[in-house]
Amino acid sequence: MNALNTTRRPGPEKSVRPGFTVTLPGRGVSFRVSLRVVLTGTVLAVAVAALTVLAIGTGQYPIAPADVLRALAGNGQRAHMFVVETLRLPRVLTGLLVGAALGLAGAVFQSLTRNPLGSPDIIGFTTGAATGALIQIIVLGGGMAAVAGGALTGGLVTSLVVYLLAFRDGVQGYRLILVGIAINGGLVATNIYLIARAEFADAHVAATWMTGNLNGRGWGHVNLLVSTLVILIPVTLALGRRLKLMELGDELATALGVRVESSRLWLMLLGVALTAVATVASGPIPFVALAAPQLARRLARSAAPVLVLSCLMGALLLVAGDMAAQRLMAPTQLPVGVMTGSLGGVYLVWVLVSGWRKR
Amino acid sequence: MTVGQDLKAPLPPTAVSRAGRMRGTALRSAGALLAVLLLVLAVFASLAIGSKAIPPGDVLRLLLHPDNSDAAHVIHDLRVPRTLLGIGVGACLALAGALMQALTRNPLADPGILGVEAGAVVAIAVAIGLFGLHDLRDFVWFSFAGSAAAAVVVYLIGSSGRSGATPVRLALAGTAVSAALASATQAFALTDPEAFNQYRYWGTGALSGHDLSVVIRVAPFMAIGLVIAMSLGNSLNALALGDDAGRALGVRPGRTRVLGVIAVTLLCGAATAAVGPIGFIGLIVAQAARLAVGQDNRWVLLYSALLGPVLLLVSDIVGRLVLWPAELEAGVVTAFIGMPVFLALVRRRRIAQL
Repeated sequence: MNALNTTRRPGPEKSVRPGFTVTLPGRGVSFRVSLRVVLTGTVLAVAVAALTVLAIGTGQYPIAPADVLRALAGNGQRAHMFVVETLRLPRVLTGLLVGAALGLAGAVFQSLTRNPLGSPDIIGFTTGAATGALIQIIVLGGGMAAVAGGALTGGLVTSLVVYLLAFRDGVQGYRLILVGIAINGGLVATNIYLIARAEFADAHVAATWMTGNLNGRGWGHVNLLVSTLVILIPVTLALGRRLKLMELGDELATALGVRVESSRLWLMLLGVALTAVATVASGPIPFVALAAPQLARRLARSAAPVLVLSCLMGALLLVAGDMAAQRLMAPTQLPVGVMTGSLGGVYLVWVLVSGWRKR
Repeated sequence: MTVGQDLKAPLPPTAVSRAGRMRGTALRSAGALLAVLLLVLAVFASLAIGSKAIPPGDVLRLLLHPDNSDAAHVIHDLRVPRTLLGIGVGACLALAGALMQALTRNPLADPGILGVEAGAVVAIAVAIGLFGLHDLRDFVWFSFAGSAAAAVVVYLIGSSGRSGATPVRLALAGTAVSAALASATQAFALTDPEAFNQYRYWGTGALSGHDLSVVIRVAPFMAIGLVIAMSLGNSLNALALGDDAGRALGVRPGRTRVLGVIAVTLLCGAATAAVGPIGFIGLIVAQAARLAVGQDNRWVLLYSALLGPVLLLVSDIVGRLVLWPAELEAGVVTAFIGMPVFLALVRRRRIAQL
């Protein structure tokens, strides 16, 4: 970790970017934060806060932002209090937390695979989770808790299988991706088969779940998310500081004192855990994990992964997507996954085209 | 075009000595005959095997002289259309895979993996969901538009930049494009319960449940696609040496690529419109063909066209047997056969280095 301390040698013609040096008291650890990253973070945080208030206010029963703030502070009108506290706030909080978890997981995975398209949903976790949930819904007929358990098991087993199959003197990013794609293909076929075989009602429930959905999320979901993320996010952020070094390449990172293989395993586990929690709460929501870290990185113009910003960006994307999904075809409420999936497609084209133009 | 250098350098046909070429041609022709034989066997098995097993002796007799027995109805109304679809769709998807592998110089190219089928599916979902077109004759055009758009996107990615598209980038982009298109398809399916009910069965890629009219409607498109694809072998061989060498040999690279994309569009669009998305056929068959005959695209294309139907028919038969007397759809079976093949390819060091 001390290696972060060693000043990055500035290029001959370029001076060090403006920023602050933060020194933690006592332990002799300090690190530099770029000014642009801090500014971007502030702007994103403000945007997330504003969007939260807006999202709580929009719906079939609109509430003005000022009234939302009053209700949140606990002294609004009773009708407002009811709508905000029991209906809208848990949904928006679930969206924020799921988005943050997915954004962070995506940043970790993209850095580990060194690929802007590497994300937990593409390497099979999400499809595996869906398979687990489908087996619960269609074959075993369990309740929502059982479905969550099934999704968790499915996702974890799939990730483990992918990791083991990709393992060969350590795990290389590209092999992880390709093995993930192969497993993904088989699981997609399984899911399609399960849905085709099911009773119509079950199939509809399953398909809705599989799209990724924030409808009807209550405080139970929020509690689950808060209690797990309060551990997962700080640990990931702390461990994630090694990512910057690991991106230099295995040899260099080892020389700089990082235990590459074990760090990779732990970070991957954390990424999977973050995705698992998010998937349990909301179903598999596509593309947030893919897009958030890239957008954050570009906004901050940072070469290294910016984990905190990815969290904020993920939360922003998901809540904005959910608002759009509710309003776009009102009164039909689209699942948020449809929105993020389609926007993700547009984003993808942009990534490919911009990468294409650069060369 | 640095990607090409990493590929096992394809030998130009002229580099082999005349005698060696003759021997190679004889061997390859014998192999092709064997493939034809396999195809005949597969067709025969597909007519005979199922929840109502029909003795092989009766199959031929009933096929030529239908009486009014149950077995005759089963053969003529159910198994013949199913088998014909298997032949057509198998040939189409395998050829499309072989073409895409040659055009993108990517050993992992496949209409399913690179999202071409997903393009067709979403276009058909739009046709059914938004425009209310339920007739194959109408929505087959949407299928072409969708797969053409997807093929062009894939092609643009594949030919972009000096460093080009590595197999990883292409496969990842294809998977991501598929995922995005799939969620768009979901949006249409979920807002309309009726369409959802149709879609969830069609989406499995089943050869069963279609009658002869489906075969007749897609056959012309398949035939045109087949002819274009088979005619491209020589040009693709020349292009494998690089665009400049290809031009020197009298091949116009742009024209070849456009024709290739048109062929892929026709083949995948028609196949998907007929039976829904079926993955991995192109990948497995084209790889097997390349393994058998080397890098000469003329032979690869021929072998693909012969072995594609064999694989699809065998998958379909396996699907009829594993859950007997119920059935597993062909698309599900091919995915499970394809997964280990893809894994084996990925774990091989050479491919991974591409």
